[in-house]
Amino acid sequence: MADVSLDQVQDHHASTVAARRHFLARFVIYGLLVIFAAIYLVPLLVVVLNSFRDQQEIARNGLISLPRSFRLEAWGQAWSTYCIGGTCEGMQRNFYNSLKMTIPATIISTAVGAMNGYILSKWLFKGSEALFTCMLLGVFIPGQISLMPWAFILGNLGLSNSVYGLVLIHVIQGISFTTLFCRNYYVSIPDDLIKAARIDGAGFWRIFRKIILPLSSPILIVTVIWQFTGIWNEYLFGVVFTSGQQQPITAALVALTASGTNVRAYDVMSAAVLIGALPPLLIYLFGGKYFVRGLTQGAIK
Amino acid sequence: MSTLTIRSLRKNFGAVEVLKGIDLEAQNGEFIALVGPSGCGKSTLLAMIAGLETVTSGEIRIDGRLVNSVAPKDRDIAMVFQSYALYPTMTVRENITFGMESRRVPKPQQDEAVKRVAAFLQIEPLLERKPGQLSGGQRQRVAMGRALVRDPKLFLFDEPLSNLDAKLRVDMRTEIKKLHHRVGKTTVYVTHDQVEAMTLASRIAVMHQGSVQQFDEPATVYNRPANMFVAGFMGSPAMNFLPAELSEEGGRPAVALQTANGKTVSLSIVQTLPSDTPRQLVLGVRPEHIYRFDPDLARRKPSIAQIDAVVELVEPTGAETMAVLRLGAKEITGRFDPDGTPRMGETVTLGIDMARACLFDPTTQRLI
Repeated sequence: MADVSLDQVQDHHASTVAARRHFLARFVIYGLLVIFAAIYLVPLLVVVLNSFRDQQEIARNGLISLPRSFRLEAWGQAWSTYCIGGTCEGMQRNFYNSLKMTIPATIISTAVGAMNGYILSKWLFKGSEALFTCMLLGVFIPGQISLMPWAFILGNLGLSNSVYGLVLIHVIQGISFTTLFCRNYYVSIPDDLIKAARIDGAGFWRIFRKIILPLSSPILIVTVIWQFTGIWNEYLFGVVFTSGQQQPITAALVALTASGTNVRAYDVMSAAVLIGALPPLLIYLFGGKYFVRGLTQGAIK
Repeated sequence: MSTLTIRSLRKNFGAVEVLKGIDLEAQNGEFIALVGPSGCGKSTLLAMIAGLETVTSGEIRIDGRLVNSVAPKDRDIAMVFQSYALYPTMTVRENITFGMESRRVPKPQQDEAVKRVAAFLQIEPLLERKPGQLSGGQRQRVAMGRALVRDPKLFLFDEPLSNLDAKLRVDMRTEIKKLHHRVGKTTVYVTHDQVEAMTLASRIAVMHQGSVQQFDEPATVYNRPANMFVAGFMGSPAMNFLPAELSEEGGRPAVALQTANGKTVSLSIVQTLPSDTPRQLVLGVRPEHIYRFDPDLARRKPSIAQIDAVVELVEPTGAETMAVLRLGAKEITGRFDPDGTPRMGETVTLGIDMARACLFDPTTQRLI
């Protein structure tokens, strides 16, 4: 009896030690994670807070300090009245430019990618693998390499300094990625489905519409998020091929900081930057779940 | 009425010859099984009949019509796949009507057909479910429903049972046989399982390395296999092959076998041999034609030949017991009734039914 109770005491002791050690380990892990998250989030916090602070207060207390005032004017100014390079319309025109560029470019490049992926995975022909490899090269070519050719092409098409020109660029530049995504996803769809559908009398388009597309939502969401954020945040082509009223918002933000006035309106700039960052943020917020799911889906199968 | 005729059909993938001149034909309502080990070309052959693979040379005729370059949808065939290939985003009903939808069959007619097939296969309660919500056996039924609803000229099955567990496989095998009896459609059935081929088919085509080794009724394929490959492939446990020499026993032809300690035993042959029979032979004996010898048996079956062997291993399966027996340098398998099972290490006198034995030419591997 005595032995048994002694054992129990020792067991109890051992389990409390283990629990304490476990708690300590958790504490360290969560502590570190919180620190890293803070490091990552502080800049965003500074920008968000500054967008609500009074300009005078920012000038007095410095960029990084706790807010003493709260006002929304900076957002209104940034949106519709702030003067950039002589025109006083705020960022709204550039915001709409970005939308006009990003939405069609995203839809077209995703649609073309889905079609390419469908053909390159389910309707193989002689040389289709080689063609796919060539298209893949586009993934590795940095955008600035194609600046000169694009200047030439846009000039000849009469699309320089226009949103349509940027749409064209982003569609073409994006096809490599969208094709890669869709093709790799479609490869995991069993070929037997296509064969069964062919025997059932369905053709190329009907199989795509009725069998492939309904299975595609995970990869289409991934592709759309990828394209939308990529195109929205793209800056180089916007700066090089458009100016003034045609610029997308990323390019206009640079013009904002470079606009000649001596006083730096940090409140307006902060608000403008946030306006520019909002759409991709919203996209991630609503589609993030699918994004992660879609990225991992191909790997499991 | 529907027939299938295949003449000297060839298929190359690049330099690799997958099918080397296939000749086959199926009469109206026949059930043809294509059986062979993996890589023998049976699935390729089926895909070519379906029109999913191109023809390198030769011809495929369905009902006399040359279909070499006819699209799958215009061949009037239906196919059941190994993976079932049900459209995952559609309900069972939509899966079944997809083909009719593609062919623009009027809606009332579609409903009629679905009702008929669902009743036939007893899948009415499943019609509104998605394939993901079905069990393996249910998916199998739906896949067959999708094929049946079209009322095609030709049914093609590509290893339809190999994804099911053992018990369900036997049940579905019976179902397919019943189904064929009731529908009576010409069917081509690919399988690597020789039992499936034996139980289902009216004729079996045994394939190996891209050519048909034998194309005949199941009993003939089993009892008189055309060559050693067919003999070894059909039947489980496999046929025993024993090297033997042509000799004579009391004025009748016989084969001499080497047994333990260098002795030879002569077994009389029942069949009449052609004059060009080689001296070296291979004697093929199925495990079920090996008995424990007793005088009674010899009186009933005059073709029984006696031979001694040592029992190396005994494998009871319940219904019957397999015994591995040492005969000279060779090991053979015998199939015994559990009551008369020999014991391990025992020397038994075996009776081999020579009327059921096969003789092969060791150089050509052909049946003599």
